[in-house]
Amino acid sequence: MATYDWLFSTLGLEQWCGASGGSAPTSLSDLAAQSRGETGEQAVDIWELPFPSMDALNDACPAFPQSRELTLGLEEGFLDIKDTLSVVLDPITQPLSWALDAALYGILNTPWWIVIPLLLAITWAVSRSWGLLAFVAACILGLAFIDHYDYAMQTLAIIFVCAFICVLFGVPIGIGMSRSDTMQNATIPILDMLQTLPPFVYLIPLIFLFSVTEPKLYGIAIILYAIVPVIRLTNLGIRMVDKNVIEAADAFGMTDRQKLFGVQIPLALPNIMAGVNQTIMMSLAMVVIASLVSAPGLGVLVLRGIRNLELGVGLVAGLGIVLLAVILDRVTKASLARINATHKA
Amino acid sequence: MRNDRDSKTTKIEIRHLYKIFGPHPEAMLEHVHAGMGKSELMETHQHVLGLSDINVDVKEGDITVMMGLSGSGKSTLIRHLNRLIDPTAGEVRVDGENILDYDERQLRHLRRNRMSMVFQNFALLPHRTVRENTALALTVRGESRADYEQEAARWLDRVGLGGSEEQYPHQLSGGMQQRVGLARALASNAPIMLMDEAFSALDPLIRTDMQDLLLELQEELSKTVVFISHDLDEALKLADHLVILKDGYVVQQDEPQRILLEPADDYIVDFISDINRARVLRVRSVMRAEGEARGGVTGEIGPEETLEEVISKSGGDTSCSFLVQQDGRKLGVLDMNDVMRALVPTGASEHGLRSRASA
Ligand SMILES: Nc1ncnc2c1ncn2[C@@H]1O[C@H](COP(=O)(O)OP(=O)(O)OP(=O)(O)O)[C@@H](O)[C@H]1O
Ligand SMILES: [Mg+2]
Repeated sequence: MATYDWLFSTLGLEQWCGASGGSAPTSLSDLAAQSRGETGEQAVDIWELPFPSMDALNDACPAFPQSRELTLGLEEGFLDIKDTLSVVLDPITQPLSWALDAALYGILNTPWWIVIPLLLAITWAVSRSWGLLAFVAACILGLAFIDHYDYAMQTLAIIFVCAFICVLFGVPIGIGMSRSDTMQNATIPILDMLQTLPPFVYLIPLIFLFSVTEPKLYGIAIILYAIVPVIRLTNLGIRMVDKNVIEAADAFGMTDRQKLFGVQIPLALPNIMAGVNQTIMMSLAMVVIASLVSAPGLGVLVLRGIRNLELGVGLVAGLGIVLLAVILDRVTKASLARINATHKA
Repeated sequence: MRNDRDSKTTKIEIRHLYKIFGPHPEAMLEHVHAGMGKSELMETHQHVLGLSDINVDVKEGDITVMMGLSGSGKSTLIRHLNRLIDPTAGEVRVDGENILDYDERQLRHLRRNRMSMVFQNFALLPHRTVRENTALALTVRGESRADYEQEAARWLDRVGLGGSEEQYPHQLSGGMQQRVGLARALASNAPIMLMDEAFSALDPLIRTDMQDLLLELQEELSKTVVFISHDLDEALKLADHLVILKDGYVVQQDEPQRILLEPADDYIVDFISDINRARVLRVRSVMRAEGEARGGVTGEIGPEETLEEVISKSGGDTSCSFLVQQDGRKLGVLDMNDVMRALVPTGASEHGLRSRASA
């Protein structure tokens, strides 16, 4: 006899619950009660009234599911749709694997004396700052000198690919959100969820869907995590464009297209670039975590430091990540500053 | 030029135009038709009465000035002319076509080719050079750079900004930015130009310059200009036809001189009470077309001269009279007595002026 027997009897559901109310003890507390020789008829003490949770209701009625079955059900449900889902997702995401493989192959098989000057050239092109160029050169050469060149380049390659894809999809999604309030209202909860879910949680369903050896597994995890800021800031940037300027564009008969490419995107560019900066920083954070699911790069060394308690390896790799973070941040901020300079209102 | 309003073609006709802001504008129309005013509608139904039964004819080649205090609906009204705002009810006819029937393509054609606009806050594109801003209408129409470059340079020259083509708007002062705004509107070559408080953000000297520039350009181009202003001096200086708005309805519309001499109600009396009447009133609106001079005729004057000029010609003699002549033709006579009477502030002189005008 359990606390909530009365509930099922008043609802007339005893039939559904089955014959036995308490003959087969299912929980520990039942066993304990039995061993104490209490066979159920005790008065319910109000202080010990259990919350009518799934388990408590199951005590009273075995046909009622236990909460363990919820997680089990979710798992089974996911496994059931997993095959169909991967049939769809696999081909769609395959290009991501190819892109990541190609980038990793490319950056590791191009000689360092081409890669390093190329990176410095990019730095110069976007920042036009000698100081920054010297700083970036010092960092990369330093990392190479302590034999972290390959790891650092792998990390960079992954970030470039993922950030590029984030921009490729994030900017159009942000534009869509800025033009339709319905779409904005529908998208914002998803973005909130992506941003608040702990990064490890993404990995769980992804591991079921894709094999751990595939690069797209960590690619997707990074993209889902890092795409949020570029979407948000594109949306915000376009919505914040001066209403008066938009009105002038309308008054001179611009089409929506002319307005978007001629006015809104150029004027939202500082915000979009701020989003790109954040996206890159978040890719870097995630690429370290993604080493748990075979993402190569500096994260692997950090992981080794943790697993094998190799303090020095972990710390040096951590320092390398910090350097990369600073480089990426400074370079994107410098290009942002240059855009801002030409956009002064 | 100023008296023949009836003989001019009507470029824009505004007919029974209503605009109500709020969630259920159509439902509110009934209350407004029943005579509910702006503040009452706000109190009982939480809707803003933006415009109420506006009827205005804008004549071709005229500067039509719409004036009113802040919140009287001036900006709302001018934005109906190119449908930046759609009305709750009513019609806007441009060259005889109701633009509310236009589809998107026709509307775009209207905005690209037939109307241009100058804004109070300039609204230049900050990321484009002065040249590109000036050529906005042309680039929107899809003209090539080679075509528009010359046109832009020509108009920038015309507004006194030659040589600034490569600069960005933020590098210019407010007055210069509005010159770009004006050049941008002129470069579109549209026959109608809408100007929403175009000079209000400028300081007084630059403002006068810009007004003179506009009048000078108008001599030459004869555009149909709809000009919004909250400044009576500016309105009187520019207007061929003056429309005075209050709480979303038209209180009075007429030639500016008539409004000064025959204000329709106390609101307008208040409006014009600070004005220097001698400087604004002209001979033609005060003279008598018939009859002989009462005193001896001491000289000849033109119909467009201001009373201030007449007073200085009379040397302060209140008994003399002038013959009003244009191109050697006699138009009427002006007694200094009439001049004095016209200068009496409106509130006090209402009776005298009214009876005289209807006689
Ligand atoms: N989008 C809107 N929603 C609600 N009310 C509005 C809207 N636009 C204008 N109004 C109201 O309509 C009235 C007229 O506004 P409008 O901007 O036309 O005034 P204005 O005469 O141009 O004033 P100002 O001299 O300050 O520019 C005001 O009471 C304003 O509050
Ligand atoms: Mg206004």
